[in-house]
Amino acid sequence: MSDTVAMIVFVAFPYAALTLAIVVTVLRWKLAPFTVSSISSQLLESRKLFWGSIPFHWGIVLILLGHLATLFFPATVAWWNGVPIRLYALEITGLALALWAAAGLLVLLYRRLTTARIRAVTTPMDLVVLIVLAVQIASGIWMAVGYRFGSFWSVGVVVPYVWSLLKLSPRPELLQPFPFILQLHVVSFFVLVAIFPFTRLVHLITLPLPYLARPWQRVVRMRHIEPVG
Amino acid sequence: MRVRAQMSMLFHLDKCIGCHTCSVACKNLWTDRRGAEYMWWNNVETRPGTGYPTGWEDQDHYEGGWKPDGDGITLRLQGKGKALARLFFNPALPQLEDYYEPFTHRYEDLFDAPAGDVQPTAVPISMVTGEPMNVDGGPNWDDDLGGSDIFARNDVALDGVDQTIRAQMEEIERVVFNYLPRICNHCLNPACVAACPSGAIYKRGEDGVVLVDENQCRAWRMCVAACPYKKVYYNWSTGKSEKCILCFPRMETGQAPACAHSCVGRIRYMGVLLYDADRIPEAAAVSDAELVDAQLDMILDPNDPVVIAAAHEAGIGDDWLDAARRSPLWKFVKEWGLALPLHPEFRTLAMMFYIPPLSPLVASVERELYRLELPPERQDFELFDRLDKARLPIRYLANLFSVGDEQVIERVLRRMLAVRVYKRRQSVEGVVDDATKDLLASVDMTPEEAEAIYALTTLPTVDERFVLPPYHREMSIETLNDPLAHKGEVGVGYLEPPRRGW
Ligand code: HEM
Ligand code: SF4
Repeated sequence: MSDTVAMIVFVAFPYAALTLAIVVTVLRWKLAPFTVSSISSQLLESRKLFWGSIPFHWGIVLILLGHLATLFFPATVAWWNGVPIRLYALEITGLALALWAAAGLLVLLYRRLTTARIRAVTTPMDLVVLIVLAVQIASGIWMAVGYRFGSFWSVGVVVPYVWSLLKLSPRPELLQPFPFILQLHVVSFFVLVAIFPFTRLVHLITLPLPYLARPWQRVVRMRHIEPVG
Repeated sequence: MRVRAQMSMLFHLDKCIGCHTCSVACKNLWTDRRGAEYMWWNNVETRPGTGYPTGWEDQDHYEGGWKPDGDGITLRLQGKGKALARLFFNPALPQLEDYYEPFTHRYEDLFDAPAGDVQPTAVPISMVTGEPMNVDGGPNWDDDLGGSDIFARNDVALDGVDQTIRAQMEEIERVVFNYLPRICNHCLNPACVAACPSGAIYKRGEDGVVLVDENQCRAWRMCVAACPYKKVYYNWSTGKSEKCILCFPRMETGQAPACAHSCVGRIRYMGVLLYDADRIPEAAAVSDAELVDAQLDMILDPNDPVVIAAAHEAGIGDDWLDAARRSPLWKFVKEWGLALPLHPEFRTLAMMFYIPPLSPLVASVERELYRLELPPERQDFELFDRLDKARLPIRYLANLFSVGDEQVIERVLRRMLAVRVYKRRQSVEGVVDDATKDLLASVDMTPEEAEAIYALTTLPTVDERFVLPPYHREMSIETLNDPLAHKGEVGVGYLEPPRRGW
C-alpha cells in the first residue's frame, strides 16, 4: 500500500468519519430528536428477533467492551496475556462471543429480508448497517482464526495507531505492513463510525443508565397555577 | 399533606349500550395514522369476555402492574437492573396478534374486475404489509360474545365464580353480558412511568394526565408490558410509544374528551378529584383487602378548610377548588359511594371510576336457581334482598372492581337499587310506602340524597356531566417565553413532523 493511499484510508477517512459522527449526531439530537430511537420491531415479529437480537447484542456489546478495555488499559491486557493459558482463555472467549454475535447477525439479516412485516418497516440504511456489521464481524473472526492471538500483538500496533489518531499526530505507517484483513477490519470500523449518525446505530448512545438511580415516578409541572378570583 | 388535582372520568356502566361511538370518536381524532391503526385508546369490551388485547387481565401472562414486595411494592415485570438487561428483547411484550393485524380492503377490485359470472370481491389486505391476508381477529370480535360462549368462558375475572352460576351464565340462550368501556386510567402510581428506562413518560402535575414525551422515547417498550391495563401502545411505524392523552388539548380549551363528549348513552362524567400525594406509596402497598378503602381514603374533601388551605399552598387556585366541589366524580365516588376503580389489585391506583351495572334476577327454572314468578312490584325488593341471584354474579363484579370483596359490590348495588325502588314508587304510585322508606334507611340514604343521585344519573345537562376547571394555558407560556414575543412568533416554530427515524 502506497503512502498516499495509507494517508487517505488510515488518516483522512477516519478523521472525516469521526467529524461526521460527532457533528451530525449532535445536530440530529438537537434538531430531530423524534428520530432518535432503537425503532424496535418486536411487536411485528418476535421469535426470530429472540434468536437474533439477544446473541447479536450480548456478543457485540461484550466484544466492544473488550476492545475499549484494550484501548484504555493496554498494559493490563498485556500483563494478562503474559501467561499462555490466560491468553488462550481470552482468545477463545473472544472468538466464541464473535461467533455468537455473527450467528445472531445472520438471523437478523435473514429476518429483515424474508419476513413480510419486517420488510415493510425496513429502510435501506437498516440493511446497510447489518451488512457493514457483517463485514466487521467476519473480518474480526478471520483474523482471530488466521492470524492467531490478536489480543497479544494488537496491543503494540492498533492501540498506538488509534491513540495517534486521537492525539492528532496520526501514524498510518503502523498499519501499513499488516495483512489486508486487519486493514479491512479497521476501515469497516470507521465506515460504521461514519454511518453512525445516519442510521439507527444512534441508539447506542441512548443507553438509559440514569434509570438505575432515578425514583420510580415522574411528575412534571409547567408552573404553579396562581390562585385567581 | 401534599394536595394534587386529578382530572378523572366516571363510567356509569348501567347506562352503557355498547355502541362503540366513543371508540370511533377517539380513533378519528387520534389514531387514524400509519402505525396506530391497531390502537384503540378507547375500547369497549363485552364482559364476560377476553377483551382487547386478548386476555389483558392475565398478569401471569403479561406481567403488568405492581406486586407486593416486603413492606412495599415492585413492578411485576422486572427490577431496574433486569430492565436494562432485557432492552434487546423483552419477552413480556404483547405481539400484534394479541391485538389484531389491522386490515383494509382493496376496494378498487370492485371496479377494476373484468366482466365475469361472479361478483367481484374486495380482498382484505394488511395495513402493515399491504399484502392480501386472512382476517382472523379484530378489536371487538367478541362483541356481544361474538355468537359463542368461548370468549366468555376464557375470562380470567370469572375466577371463583360458583360452578352452577357459571354453567348458568354459559348457556347460550340465557347468556348474560354487559359492557366495559376502557381508556387509560391516568393512575396515581403508574407502572408505565416506573418502567420507562428513558424517563420519557410522566404525570402532569396540574391535572394528573399521564403523557409520553415522544422526543425522549427510545422504543425500549417496557411501558407496553408494564401497564396492567395494556393502555400504552407501540407505534410500529414511528418507533415510539403512544397512549390516551385524556384529550388534554380539548380539556385545555374547555371541552370534554372526545369519547366522553360523543357518548351516546351519556354514561361518562368528568371532574376534578383532589388527593393527598404523600399517601400514594402507603395506599399502593396495603394488603389486597384494604386496597379499595386505602385508595378512596386518599381522595380529599374540597369543602374541608384544612384541605383548601393545603391546596392553596400547593398552588391549586380557587377556580379549581370550585370545580372540585361541583365535580360529579366527588359526588359519585365519595359522597354517594357508588363508584370504584377497575382492578385495584394492580396497585397502580387507577383514577377512572366505574359504577357497576345492575342486572335483573335470574329467570331460570332450574333446580337451585330462582324462579321469576313474582308480581312486578315485588321484583325490586326481591333483588335487593337476594343480590346473590342477580343475573351478573356479584363475585364477577367483585373480581373486576373490588379485589374479590363481594360486600363492597353489594353495598353499591343496594344503594343503586334503593334509588330505583324509591323513584319507581314515587312516580308510578305517587306515594312512597313505609317499606320503601325503610329500604332507603337501611342503606343510610335520605330521600334528598336519592333524588340527587337520580337527577345526576338520569337528567344531567352537559355542564353537570362535565365540570371542567379553567386551565390557564394562556399564563403557562410565561415560563418559557416573553408573552409578547411569543404572540409575534406563534405559528412559525420548528416543529418536527412525527416521522420514523433512520
Ligand atoms: C448499548 C447497548 C445497546 C442497547 C440497549 C441496544 C438496544 C437495541 C434495541 C432495543 C434494538 C431493537 C430491537 C427490536 O427490534 O426490538 C436494537 C437493534 C439493533 N441494534 Fe442495538 N443496542 C445496543 C448496542 C448495539 C451495538 C453495540 C450495536 C452494533 C454496533 C447495535 C446494533 C443494532 C442493530 C444493527 C439493530 C437492528 C437489528 C435489526 O435488524 O432489527 N446495538 N438495539
Ligand atoms: S359511546 Fe357511551 S354508550 Fe356507547 S359504547 Fe361508548 S361508553 Fe357505551
